[in-house]
Amino acid sequence: MNAITPRNAPGNTPEHAYNFAYLDEATKRMIRRAILKAIAIPGHQIPFGAREMPLPYGWGTGGIQVTAAILGPRDVLKVIDQGADDTTNAVSIRRFFARVANVETTTRTAEATIIQTRHRIPERPLTEGQVMVFQVPMPEPLFRLEPRLAETRRLHALGDYSLAQVRLYEDIARQGESGSAYNHPVMVGGRYLMSPSPIPGFDNPKLHNSPALMLFGAGREKKIYAVPPYTEVRSLDFEDHPFKPMRAPQCCSACGSATSYLDEIVADDQGGRIFVCSDTDHCAETQGQ
Amino acid sequence: MSAALEVQALNKGFTLHLQGGIGFQVLKSEALVVMPGECVALTGPSGAGKSTLMRCLQGNYGADAGRIMLAHRGGLADLAAADARLVREIRRETLGYVSQFLRVIPRVSARDVVAEPLIDRGMDPEAARERATALLTRLNLPPRLHGLPPATFSGGEQQRVNLARGFAPDYPILLLDEPTASLDAANREVVVALIQEAKSRGAALVGIFHDIEVRDRVADRLHQVLPLEEAA
Amino acid sequence: MSAPLLEAARLQLRFGAVRALDGVDIEIFPGEVVAIVGESGSGKSTLLRVLAGAMNAEAGTVLYRDAEGEAHDVHALTEAGRRKLMRSDWGFVHQNARDGLRMGISAGGNVGERLMAAGDRNYAHIRAEAAEWMARVEMDPARIDEPPKNFSGGMQQRLQIARCLVTSPRLVFMDEPTGGLDVSVQARLLDLIRGLVSQLGLAVFFVTHDIAAARLLAHRIVVMRHGRIVEEGLADRVLDDPRHAYTQLLVSSVLAA
Ligand SMILES: Nc1ncnc2c1ncn2[C@@H]1O[C@H](COP(=O)(O)OP(=O)(O)OP(=O)(O)O)[C@@H](O)[C@H]1O
Ligand SMILES: Nc1ncnc2c1ncn2[C@@H]1O[C@H](COP(=O)(O)OP(=O)(O)O)[C@@H](O)[C@H]1O
Ligand SMILES: [Mg+2]
Ligand SMILES: [Mg+2]
Ligand SMILES: [Zn+2]
Repeated sequence: MNAITPRNAPGNTPEHAYNFAYLDEATKRMIRRAILKAIAIPGHQIPFGAREMPLPYGWGTGGIQVTAAILGPRDVLKVIDQGADDTTNAVSIRRFFARVANVETTTRTAEATIIQTRHRIPERPLTEGQVMVFQVPMPEPLFRLEPRLAETRRLHALGDYSLAQVRLYEDIARQGESGSAYNHPVMVGGRYLMSPSPIPGFDNPKLHNSPALMLFGAGREKKIYAVPPYTEVRSLDFEDHPFKPMRAPQCCSACGSATSYLDEIVADDQGGRIFVCSDTDHCAETQGQ
Repeated sequence: MSAALEVQALNKGFTLHLQGGIGFQVLKSEALVVMPGECVALTGPSGAGKSTLMRCLQGNYGADAGRIMLAHRGGLADLAAADARLVREIRRETLGYVSQFLRVIPRVSARDVVAEPLIDRGMDPEAARERATALLTRLNLPPRLHGLPPATFSGGEQQRVNLARGFAPDYPILLLDEPTASLDAANREVVVALIQEAKSRGAALVGIFHDIEVRDRVADRLHQVLPLEEAA
Repeated sequence: MSAPLLEAARLQLRFGAVRALDGVDIEIFPGEVVAIVGESGSGKSTLLRVLAGAMNAEAGTVLYRDAEGEAHDVHALTEAGRRKLMRSDWGFVHQNARDGLRMGISAGGNVGERLMAAGDRNYAHIRAEAAEWMARVEMDPARIDEPPKNFSGGMQQRLQIARCLVTSPRLVFMDEPTGGLDVSVQARLLDLIRGLVSQLGLAVFFVTHDIAAARLLAHRIVVMRHGRIVEEGLADRVLDDPRHAYTQLLVSSVLAA
């Protein structure tokens, strides 16, 4: 992250020109208050005064602010992007926090206390005390169905989610199954409809009754929401078309896993395709066994 | 035995607001008693108020004063004072009416036009249609017409549908406005028979009959409706 | 006899200098069809909206009695309570199908939405109900996956009626349901409504300009003028023996109602 040059850095050790974890304490307190509210009302979107971050929107500014607000010196941070620890985005964010907070980082799910993520939940079951921080591009699950924001707020207040159900109905009528492969809406604690962020439907069941705390940060839309540990999270579905988490019916060509979520990649110039674990840590761990 | 229908001091007039608000009286202190099993024929010159009285008896015209007492649901109901819901209830259960002309309901077949009041009274729809078919057959309506809406029927055919509708339920009180006006001799006989049968089951009937022969065969009594200046 | 299903008293509403509702008392009983007629601007649609709680009056009350016999002050309901009533006990058929349908969603989705809002989560059941209701309003159930924009005006109205009736409401509000349709299409729609209303024993308030439609459908007619009810009563009596000058004008200006 050497692109970041503090505007008013006094000395020649930029790390110390920032407050711990980049954001000033007042901002962190404001974000923590939003997080506490979000935890108190599972699945409900809480507005917060998002700050400009040294990253463009879409790079996870919401997630970064949440991470910055909850990070302590003894935390161990893991950052994944589509399951991988080694993409530019994941590496940049990890380095950023290593530098501005001097925290330990890891690629191992088991070792991490905070996992910031874009589009995946790790394969290894999460444990009590761990916190997932999701980067959220669009927090409003009714966004495509009801363009008027005031009306979506009213629908949330009234718990009126028939529109989302109608969308599922339309999917099944059109393509035979309720098929949002990503970002399939969930009901949290039987009360609020929530976007799980663009994770694959395969990961939706991992939200249900998870021992870990799940925090969601949307930077551009300035919203934070949460799923506290051990909260009921149900994917929207019909009784006779139950929600089915989907994965490619293959084994990982690196570790042989038949249960992990797979990415399809073009392997050679002939257009041959192979499937490998999207969760790189999980794949390495399985290979090591 | 108590009366099925008793009109007491009935007044009815009209105010024509579109003609400068002129008002005139048609019925004044009209009185009429009809016993069960009795048929009373209204007579009087044209314009005297026979149809007006008949429409008052049906609830179609509102009375200005007086009472129209009907034996209804084991008690007495005053039609002149009844609200819309009570009038509908009385028409459904107690008071039948055969008008001079059929008011055609689009797309409803002759059979269903006749069965409707039966179904409204709670009869099983299949049984109601059977009874409708039997009555239409008795009134010599060709079977090919039973399933068609009466809009395109001849005057006489429509009148027979109307008669079947009025006679289908066994109303305790039945009003008949020119029931045989557009019928041939054979069908006139059927109507006379239907009226006799209604009387013998104890129905009270009030009718306007321009056909004197029919009138004299069915009516037990005549009730004169006179133009007001003459009545005075 | 039973208590009124809906009962409004002393409704008062002004739009600037216009008195849209000027002391209106009105009621409807279970299974009763009430037509609201009157010249354009007389306050008919306003009355319908106020009765349905979609608009507040300045004064007066609207009471709704639910299936358990409990009375609710419609204008004191919370938004949630009103919406709940709107999707369980009530239905609203708008003059313009666009106001009553979701144009981007299939016919089946439009009809099914009311069931889903009422908590139905069985896809096959929702779809079967939608198909059955399309058939009942004389639409081809094979077109269940087509959006309303593929349908004619009359079909859109019928779809709206299906959407409204699928949850078996007790009270339906219709604002000129046949407005803007061809005469032959109007007749068919009226006949359909007439059949459904009597089969289902619905209570219906419907606003119409069409005296013949009022005669065909209504048990009772309410005549409005300048925000007041000038005459009210049994449908055929109001039409055949009108008392008020305005009703006489209204009836005489129609050829053969
Ligand atoms: N709805 C009405 N509005 C105004 N006047 C009416 C109405 N109905 C009847 N009248 C008038 O009341 C009087 C009685 O009419 P009604 O139809 O009762 O006569 P009638 O005795 O049946 O005559 P006819 O034998 O010619 O049928 C007539 O002067 C008629 O014009
Ligand atoms: N939202 C509104 N704002 C101002 N005036 C209105 C509004 N709605 C209706 N009005 C006025 O109230 C009167 C009654 O209108 P409305 O109930 O729509 O009549 P109708 O349905 O009988 O044609 C009219 O003068 C109309 O212009
Ligand atoms: Mg006459
Ligand atoms: Mg209007
Ligand atoms: Zn693998």
